[in-house]
Amino acid sequence: MTEPTVYELSSPGRVGFKFPEPDVEEVALPIGFEREDLPLPEMSELEVVRHFTRLSQKNYAIDLGFYPLGSCTMKYNPKINEVAARLPGFAYTHPLQPEESVQGNLYLMYTLQEWLKEIGGFAGVTLMPAAGAQGEFTGALMIRKYHLDHGQPQRKRILIPDSAHGTNPATSAMIGLEVVPLPSDERGNIDLEALKLLVDDRLAGLMLTNPNTLGLFDENVQEVIRVVHEAGGLVYGDGANMNALLGVLRPGDIGIDVLHYNLHKTFSTPHGGGGPGSGPVAVNEKLLPYLPDCVVTIVEPGDDENPPLFGFYHPEKSIGRLKSFYGHFGVMVRAYAYIAMHSGAGLRDIAEKAVLNANYLMHKLKETYTLPYDRTCMHEFVLEGFWKDIPDVHAFDIAKRLMDFDFHPPTNYFPLIVKEALMIEPTETETLETLDRFVDVMIQIAEEARTNPQLLHDAPHNTPVRRADELKAAKELVVCCYPLEELQK
Amino acid sequence: MLKTIGVEKIEDLFDKLPEDFRFPDLKLPPQQTEMEIAADLDEISSSNGSTKELISFLGAGAYDHYTPAAVDNLLQRGEFYTAYTPYQPEISQGTLQAIFEYQSMIGQLTGMSVSNASHYDGATACAEAVIMAYHHFRGKRHKVLLSRALNPQYRQVVRTYMQGNPDLTITGDEQAVGIDADLKNFTALIDNDTAVVIVQYPDFFGRVINYKPLIEAAHAQGALVAVAVNPTALALLTPPGEIGADIVVGEGQPLGIPLSYGGPYLGFFAVNEELIRKISGRLVGQTTDVQGQLAYVLTLTAREQHIRREKATSNICSNQGLMMLASTIYLTLLGKQGFKQVANLCYQKAHYAASQINAITGYSQVFSETPFFHEFVIKAPVNTEHLLLDLRGYDILGGYDLSHDYPELKNCLLIAVTEKMPRENIDFLHDTLLEVTHD
Amino acid sequence: MEYPKDLKYMKSDEWIKVENGIGTIGISDYAQDSLSDVVYVEFIVDPDQKVAAGEGLATVESVKAAAEVNMPVSGTILEINSGLSDTPEVLNQSPYGDGWLVKVQLDDESELDALMDAEAYEAYCQGR
Repeated sequence: MTEPTVYELSSPGRVGFKFPEPDVEEVALPIGFEREDLPLPEMSELEVVRHFTRLSQKNYAIDLGFYPLGSCTMKYNPKINEVAARLPGFAYTHPLQPEESVQGNLYLMYTLQEWLKEIGGFAGVTLMPAAGAQGEFTGALMIRKYHLDHGQPQRKRILIPDSAHGTNPATSAMIGLEVVPLPSDERGNIDLEALKLLVDDRLAGLMLTNPNTLGLFDENVQEVIRVVHEAGGLVYGDGANMNALLGVLRPGDIGIDVLHYNLHKTFSTPHGGGGPGSGPVAVNEKLLPYLPDCVVTIVEPGDDENPPLFGFYHPEKSIGRLKSFYGHFGVMVRAYAYIAMHSGAGLRDIAEKAVLNANYLMHKLKETYTLPYDRTCMHEFVLEGFWKDIPDVHAFDIAKRLMDFDFHPPTNYFPLIVKEALMIEPTETETLETLDRFVDVMIQIAEEARTNPQLLHDAPHNTPVRRADELKAAKELVVCCYPLEELQK
Repeated sequence: MLKTIGVEKIEDLFDKLPEDFRFPDLKLPPQQTEMEIAADLDEISSSNGSTKELISFLGAGAYDHYTPAAVDNLLQRGEFYTAYTPYQPEISQGTLQAIFEYQSMIGQLTGMSVSNASHYDGATACAEAVIMAYHHFRGKRHKVLLSRALNPQYRQVVRTYMQGNPDLTITGDEQAVGIDADLKNFTALIDNDTAVVIVQYPDFFGRVINYKPLIEAAHAQGALVAVAVNPTALALLTPPGEIGADIVVGEGQPLGIPLSYGGPYLGFFAVNEELIRKISGRLVGQTTDVQGQLAYVLTLTAREQHIRREKATSNICSNQGLMMLASTIYLTLLGKQGFKQVANLCYQKAHYAASQINAITGYSQVFSETPFFHEFVIKAPVNTEHLLLDLRGYDILGGYDLSHDYPELKNCLLIAVTEKMPRENIDFLHDTLLEVTHD
Repeated sequence: MEYPKDLKYMKSDEWIKVENGIGTIGISDYAQDSLSDVVYVEFIVDPDQKVAAGEGLATVESVKAAAEVNMPVSGTILEINSGLSDTPEVLNQSPYGDGWLVKVQLDDESELDALMDAEAYEAYCQGR
């Protein structure tokens, strides 16, 4: 059933929310600036609540079912996080309040910085980046500034593996770096020989996702890092896949110079239908001076009676400000609560269970689906969503059919180096029963592909809408409602 | 499970990892249960002062508005906030339709044809406008003009974002150009090498200025104009779309999003029809499904980073999903009447406050010739750093000290007043100023 | 899949047909098929502009991909097929005919020798 838009539900004169009358004498609006018409909907509060409640019921969500989206880490979002972020002492603080009045916030940010340093093995952290992509942007800018600062302006080449997430090359291009693709070998590692041929004194650095988007830990990672460092480059770690490494390995320990975290992946802050995320960036000693503005520090040490005084400092060679204020504080509160409730042992448990669950699924499915890289995976793995002898069935069809069984499909068509890729990441928060049911359904779909492929081509059958015409959407662009007056014509 | 995989213990799954560094002992405080962390966070948050108890006149980019109870109530539905990006439209119609409605309302509010599904905040939306303009001219225009009356943080972020384009000159906001309301010096800088001109409405000082002559001058030179707006003001004031703006950006925090010490917020971004294909970020479009039923999908995705990769003009991946939903619900709930009401309350109370303070001996309103919305500038007869400290003693946050960013505005405060400020608190500010200044 | 014999091709799927020093450039049948339904064509050159071999001419967007079209040779732009912006589907329907993208004045016809002929291009496409 189609839910009408707010403009269609609108009725002139309806009021959803009333404010009190002004308690001051009124003056006229500025002459010449008065707005003639304000085309916003007019609905009662009940209608608004019903409308958005009905909309919500058309969504799939983690709170409803399994979401094995590779690279997204769709783990359970603990509810205490929501309570924490909404505490009035946090939610009602204005970013421009004097630092003495928000020591609670600064303490939380400082502590989170310290924890993220410890978890990754780094010397400094910025909490400012709004999301992973902005974190990458931050890291790339710092690397560039480092080289400029060291009299090496010719270092403009960034090596990016062909399995990398699209934001990696997009980010590098944004700052005027030359993107050089790096091939992977048959085992899914970075092709070491190709790497050695590509490094010279024009190298700014390498963007490394490890485990990579195939879910594989690079077997030569230390050598890769050594080669890059020897050539004078820096290594950027894309930390989207940190769920496999928590308490197991610290990227800083093996030589990564800068790493971004995705709090909305690894640290359970909610995905919110597309955001907000948060992408703190951790650096080693080399890059400390280049951190973005507003890093939290201890301005005055405390003593037995008094806590330390926290404040912001401005790194001497900072790359500058990335966004307004200090970052997504509301998201930081959630991540803080999460880390506090797990500590080191709990984080390691997360990584172990995430990796265990992924390997379990991989072994259960590898007889039915083609596994392009048959070795131990980390927290995710990639299958091919097609069979050579059934050329009409694609990963797309498998994904759509999964929805008929109340599963969200895995990531498909990424990474680009696997044909018809299906990237599966169960996360640690799923039970064995859920995993087994997923296996059963995937096997059933593989059978249907052979015996009754039309079921896949027509899927999904039971969802609020069925397959949408994306071509029509792109050609006949309709990106907003019409105002009520035009609807009534 | 281990048997299925064929290993003896979980640690075996990690045998490819560098042995020397495996399983480090992380120095983190001992694990806390939910009850313990809840108590901890209560304590930490209570140690702050906040706009709940303090009387706050702080604005300068983030505003203390009232959020109706229904907004957060709906936002907390697990189907909304634990959902992922709507890449699978069949099971994301809720999110997609909400974005479509958001795009519509922002378009209507700003008077523009198209809005995207949001950027991180007003400052980054501003930077994306510069990126868009730069690529629109294919790098053949090398000047970006930023008004000095554009939020200082926005200007910093533009400079951070464009540091990889050394061929670009970002200028116009120097002290020498000035902050006069007639914009004469600033407009004179526009030439045929200018890609985009960016102004704010109301500007950082709260002033409402007629940008029509500036826009005409820019268009005469073939340059684009981007206007950074406060959305609440648009309930009452002529939207930039109606006077020819090419791009409208702004900070959506005033629309039902908590102050939350600076984030997460909401950057909105709207353009006229010619620029639609150049817009970065997500876009939701309407279409039909195989049964002819109305459906919403992400569209024009070929522009985005996951397809264009290094050829994408922006790396943006996420939008501000939940914040965008909050603003959609807020605008729908308030609607035509309520949104005008809240804007009017802000306007009236701010004007009352300005006239009250202006009447105190030694205090004067700066830019008093120019109309303003809900923020205004007051010059104090004393050192503002000390003044603000004195006001703190009375639990008043007296506004933003402009001398940090504007040396020409020494001892000047930027004061914001919203619908939440009862008249008696404005009177209290007035009385306290009298007391601390003249005793 | 069509591979007209009188054209020269590039590995990146552009074709060029030269008559009296004037070259007509487009994208091949293989390319339009891989892209699937084209929704938008954006030209990034103007008439009278001098463009070197390898530089960008246009971007062709479909629902799922975007492809850069580059100059096979060096030359001066004479005409762009701007009508494609309104009817991009013509590119799919007639990639070698009405779906042409630009016409150029060649600087140096010997540059054509570096390009593939129909047979070589067809063999290359079979192996992809």
